[in-house]
Amino acid sequence: MRSVACSAWCRLFQERPFAFLTGDLGFMALEPLRDAMGRFFINAGVAEQNMISVAAGMTRSGIDTWAYSIAPFAYARPFEQIRNDVCLNRLPVRIVGNGGGYAYGVMGPSHHAIEDYGVLLGLQGMAVYVPAFAADVEPAIRTMALDSAPAYLRLGRCEKPAEFQVPAFQPWRLLIDGGGPVLAAVGPLAGALLKRVMVMEPSVRPALWVLSVMPNGLADIPPPLVDAVRSGRVFAVAEEHVAHGGAGQALLAALARRGVAPARFLHFHAVGYPSGRYGSQAFHRQESGIDPDSVLERLAATGSPS
Amino acid sequence: MSNFQSEFENLARVVRRRLLRMHHESGVGHIGGNLSCLDALLCLHHAVLKESDVFVLSKGHAVGALYATLWSRGRLSDDDLRKFHGENTQLAAHPVAGWMPEIVFATGSLGHGLSLSAGLALGKRLQGQEGQVYCVCSDGEWQEGSTWEALIFAHHHQLDNLTVLVDVNGLQGFGATSDVASMADLQTRIAAFGVEVVGIDGHDAEAICTAARPGVGQPRFVLMRTVKGRGVSFMENRMEWHYLPLDDRQYEQALAEQEPL
Repeated sequence: MRSVACSAWCRLFQERPFAFLTGDLGFMALEPLRDAMGRFFINAGVAEQNMISVAAGMTRSGIDTWAYSIAPFAYARPFEQIRNDVCLNRLPVRIVGNGGGYAYGVMGPSHHAIEDYGVLLGLQGMAVYVPAFAADVEPAIRTMALDSAPAYLRLGRCEKPAEFQVPAFQPWRLLIDGGGPVLAAVGPLAGALLKRVMVMEPSVRPALWVLSVMPNGLADIPPPLVDAVRSGRVFAVAEEHVAHGGAGQALLAALARRGVAPARFLHFHAVGYPSGRYGSQAFHRQESGIDPDSVLERLAATGSPS
Repeated sequence: MSNFQSEFENLARVVRRRLLRMHHESGVGHIGGNLSCLDALLCLHHAVLKESDVFVLSKGHAVGALYATLWSRGRLSDDDLRKFHGENTQLAAHPVAGWMPEIVFATGSLGHGLSLSAGLALGKRLQGQEGQVYCVCSDGEWQEGSTWEALIFAHHHQLDNLTVLVDVNGLQGFGATSDVASMADLQTRIAAFGVEVVGIDGHDAEAICTAARPGVGQPRFVLMRTVKGRGVSFMENRMEWHYLPLDDRQYEQALAEQEPL
């Protein structure tokens, strides 16, 4: 998604000026943006706290500003700067975290971001964008660019099945309908699940939804999804994020506020590092039980559709 | 004492009285660090800042000095100051943003203001905007790593539209700066990064107004030697006045020391 994002920023810069800060990351990816933006592209160095506050100051001076790093360095190290300098000052700084979840695999847990959007969604006015597919990235960036709220963009790896036509980017999309459980996935994990669901028998496969914008998507759950849950079908949420502060908890609460309680709820989420061993993104997904095989096996075991 | 200095000292006494009254009526402290930087804030807001300039208070716990200064400029009223530290107020104990143009950022957690100011300065430059960014920070604030990150950044980008005034009062929340984490000589350490640095008496109005100017090709740092609790004899250089409020007797004594020259 990163190269797609780079192209999107290059196009956006031709239309409206903005500044782009990177925390010394983007090698073999952001060079075209650097070359296109000239002095508006700033390598802020290995100093993420300063980078976020500088971005807030630049935004306050009147220039739209994006701040980029890999996901854990973008949100965790400078958390107070995001909270105080961006959010409390109500400045629409756009923060980009590349490689959300376990995307950096065997680079190790310091490079993972499995609690990022849960932490950030607790901040005043913060919006979170989690594109599921490469095709989502440019519309997400353009939406963020027009929004007056602080925002966080969690980039990952596009896992779209080759033959799938991606519907237009929205907070919620039904990727494929099915008569089985209702499965809501956050971000790129949806692509990996979709690959498996597409070859299942329609009457038993899950109805697979993808959630890409929070908190709006948490508040505005599509009525067909709500109705499906209300009808008694198993409801499941899959996300490459810890349970605490994740979409699963928030969706359950949102449904409860509507008086809707799932007959059965399954939450597939990151659990951290239970074995103390490390590997690829696929390895960590498997350990957490959020890989497609684990998710679909557990859903099948529920006996749904009832 | 020159006419300018005597006029300034009388202004400082008037504003100090108002600051003391505001803190006393609210029953709150943080007075010592307000008084150490009050002269600098008065100089900046009465004699230095132009319309295109921006002021950032990095040591947010000294917002009482900023409120009193803005009162002296007619930007806040007595009614406003009575809301200091109250309920349903915008005059919180650390600055909150978005309610008056002179307070551009919510600050209060130390180590943020210099980066914010550097961002403002770089943003101004990128957009071809005139004006200087003036930032007042504390000396204890230099124990925050982010402040040094900001120094590196400001120097690297040669932000000569950034002027930083450091309130070197030598006392922090729970000890003398030299005892807690000595960085003496701070001026030499900052200068080692290649920025423009000057040291002055932080209560000499002429010196402040002269020193608070743009650097030449680099950000300019003004290390102000100040006295915590300046102008109130029993507060001066006493660490406890970082936090303590005034009782009635102390308040009367403090006011008595602010008679015009």
